[in-house]
Amino acid sequence: MKRGKGMKFVGDSRITADKQKFIPKDYSEYPGRTEAFWPNFLLKEWLVGAVFLVGFLCLTIAHPAPLEKMADPTDTSYLPLPDWYFLFLYQLLKYKFASAEFFVLGAIVIPGLAFGGLFLAPFLDRGKERRPHKRPITTGLMLLAFAAVFWLTYEASAHVDWEEKAEANQPVWPDDQPSIEIDEADPGFAVYEANSCIDCHGGDLAGGAAAPPLFGMDHDVEEIKDIAVNGIGTMPAGQFEGSDEELQQLAEFIASVNEQAAEEE
Amino acid sequence: MLQKIYDWIDDRVDITPLWRDIADHEVPEHVNPAYHFSAFVYCFGGLTFFVTVIQILSGMFLTMYYVPDIENAWRSVYYLQTEVAHGQIVRGMHHWGASVVIVMLFLHTLRVFFQGAYKKPRELNWMVGVLIFFVMLALGLTGYLLPWDNKAYFATVVTLEIAEGVPFIGEMAKTLLNGDPSIVGAQTLARFFAIHVFFLPAALFVLMAIHFIMIRKQGISGPL
Repeated sequence: MKRGKGMKFVGDSRITADKQKFIPKDYSEYPGRTEAFWPNFLLKEWLVGAVFLVGFLCLTIAHPAPLEKMADPTDTSYLPLPDWYFLFLYQLLKYKFASAEFFVLGAIVIPGLAFGGLFLAPFLDRGKERRPHKRPITTGLMLLAFAAVFWLTYEASAHVDWEEKAEANQPVWPDDQPSIEIDEADPGFAVYEANSCIDCHGGDLAGGAAAPPLFGMDHDVEEIKDIAVNGIGTMPAGQFEGSDEELQQLAEFIASVNEQAAEEE
Repeated sequence: MLQKIYDWIDDRVDITPLWRDIADHEVPEHVNPAYHFSAFVYCFGGLTFFVTVIQILSGMFLTMYYVPDIENAWRSVYYLQTEVAHGQIVRGMHHWGASVVIVMLFLHTLRVFFQGAYKKPRELNWMVGVLIFFVMLALGLTGYLLPWDNKAYFATVVTLEIAEGVPFIGEMAKTLLNGDPSIVGAQTLARFFAIHVFFLPAALFVLMAIHFIMIRKQGISGPL
């Protein structure tokens, strides 16, 4: 390439079109079979792009973008994870030498040195040689960094049960769960609490991992009494240990919540 | 007809040289996979640009439905995903594109790095390229919050905690991103949306323009 003011570029805008239809090539540096970008090479690029696009669309159709349930800041059991390309930084902060009192080292100094080095690579590696094996330090550092990033990403993701995480966070339209006010002063609630009902069906009667919610059911008071004593499905018999009067209060309480839920819908 | 329109414009603003700058150049043999298959490594930069275009287009369509507000953000994404015709595909393209663009950018960086193509006279272009990489990562980070699902929310809480831990400027940086010193909520979502949709793309376009102009000025680095 010529240097200085006489520099001549391919497609130089200082050369007007009517003076010279075709600009002379300036590829003396790399002789060989050059090809016009427009339209020959662009057509090939276009074809590669089309094949790539087909593959990409197949990916999006085969794997729809995930969506978890709406953000719930009170969900303390949620395991927070960043997107995969930040996992290595996230993992680094878990090690003793990079967390707590060494937080600045893990969060700023190490990534700062790595990315700063990448940014300033042309000034750190000033030699004329371009071939990777002729500049072993540069190549070695990059391979080391690559291996470290790969390893940290693996370490961060290998211990996560992704399927279980997705299963526990299915997208549910928030309005699908009716908001039901539980009257905790109701004598039935005391019975509900005193017997083990609350352990499985929860304080809001919304159910849990071991039991279904107690609203939206198709049972009347007598049937609820029967279920409380004799069980149903995976619920064992003999869960209720109170008097008949308490049983009546419990069943009426659950039925009233049920009616309230039915009205909400 | 087209030729006439072209001539009419060219008479007035002389666009031919501009056109030549963009398209009228030769592609050297050593970067042409038709001659040397191993030259496919030179495709990664172009594919990064291609995926970036996909991101811009799909992102523009997503904003037609997306509502940047904590009450409706998740609902609008859910609606887009389940009810809108092809909404799932458009969101899928944006979601997967965000990962693919990082992969392509990474491969492009490795190609340039191992070939030593960042050496004189291309130091500036390398630095601009690394800045593009940072902007892309920031786009990924801010875009992650926008669906306002559990994953988004808790990842952002962690990110902001990390930002807060930076000495001296941590508190300010967190407040700037978050809109509030402690609450991650409506303000945070609005800010991340603005950063994701206006600030970072603007920076990205400027950097990409500089990147491409420099490539056309300097040409592709020679064979090893």
